[in-house]
Amino acid sequence: MIFLELFWSFVQIGLFSIGGGYAAMPLIQDQVVDLHPWLTMAQFADIMAIAEMTPGPIAINAATFVGIQVAGLPGAVLATLGCILPSCLIVMTLAYLYYRFRGLRTVQGILAGLRPAVIAMIASAGISLLIMAVYGQRSLPANLATIDKTALAIFAVGFIILRKWKPNPLLIMASSGLAGVILYAVI
Amino acid sequence: MEKYWKLFVSTFRLSACTFGGGFVIIPLMRKKFVEELGWIKEEEMMDLTAIAQSSPGAIAVNASILVGYHVAGVPGALLTILGTVLPPLAIISVISLFYQAFRNNQIVTMAMAGMLCGVAAVIFDVVVNMVRSIASHKRILPLLVMAGAFTAVRFFSVNIILIIFVCGVIGAIDTYRREKAQKEGGRL
Repeated sequence: MIFLELFWSFVQIGLFSIGGGYAAMPLIQDQVVDLHPWLTMAQFADIMAIAEMTPGPIAINAATFVGIQVAGLPGAVLATLGCILPSCLIVMTLAYLYYRFRGLRTVQGILAGLRPAVIAMIASAGISLLIMAVYGQRSLPANLATIDKTALAIFAVGFIILRKWKPNPLLIMASSGLAGVILYAVI
Repeated sequence: MEKYWKLFVSTFRLSACTFGGGFVIIPLMRKKFVEELGWIKEEEMMDLTAIAQSSPGAIAVNASILVGYHVAGVPGALLTILGTVLPPLAIISVISLFYQAFRNNQIVTMAMAGMLCGVAAVIFDVVVNMVRSIASHKRILPLLVMAGAFTAVRFFSVNIILIIFVCGVIGAIDTYRREKAQKEGGRL
């Protein structure tokens, strides 16, 4: 039963994450934190950080992680399979239509319409992660002044460096991890 | 036989060494399959990229399915899927095994807390870039859709799949109307 639920959750994630990369993030959060009690928000934040540091698509990384936590290695394999099943079917169909009719205008139109919505959802998921980073909990606390100033500083410096010099995100991840160790150890 | 082996090894290597998802792996695939191996023509690769990006799911997986299928049919696609999925599956499995022990270590906890700030910064950076690219089209509808979707998901917790459906329909209608307007404009 748990296997079926895992599989089906990741089929939905695979099916509705359109636009690559971070587009899967809000869907994963929805399925594994909100709809199912598989990960806490803190664990979800962990896996997003791990996914950013390791190779491979975010959705596959998350599928493996959640699968193992919930049902061991078979769970990981099933969740990963679920995640790629919609891709296989739809990619093949689109490729067929593409070679047949030489044009994907409607598909691209739908995609163009989705793009702003996808950005909005990624932004929302990003805000959730930021709240998690600076308050250590899912939603804003009643007293906003309880903010973790160290975390806020790491975020702000990382963001400014990214905007200014466009370094590899991997570098930002590694140095913010290092900054965390140094600053929290000192304070 | 050698072709199958090469397909698998190439995608496995690309997947194992590529940080940063689909938009990074596609140029590397182009280099491997178009320039080095010559199995795919330049224009074909561009078409395959368009399909990979238009389809749901991870772009890296979609692109590898298309490349494998193009080179060696369904068995080829299965091999390239395997090659793309195995590295993250193996790496995350190993990390998961040690996750609990890692997580109780104080230094790891501090590093993870710092890295979470880093992820947030990376995501905000991506979002700013994406918003700017949408704003550069100077059309009001995408901006309205973006504001509407953000309000719906952030403040009213509307189901994400529902939002995707609604915005997809809006996009389809918008494309249809614009194409129609273009055709009529052409006739005049």
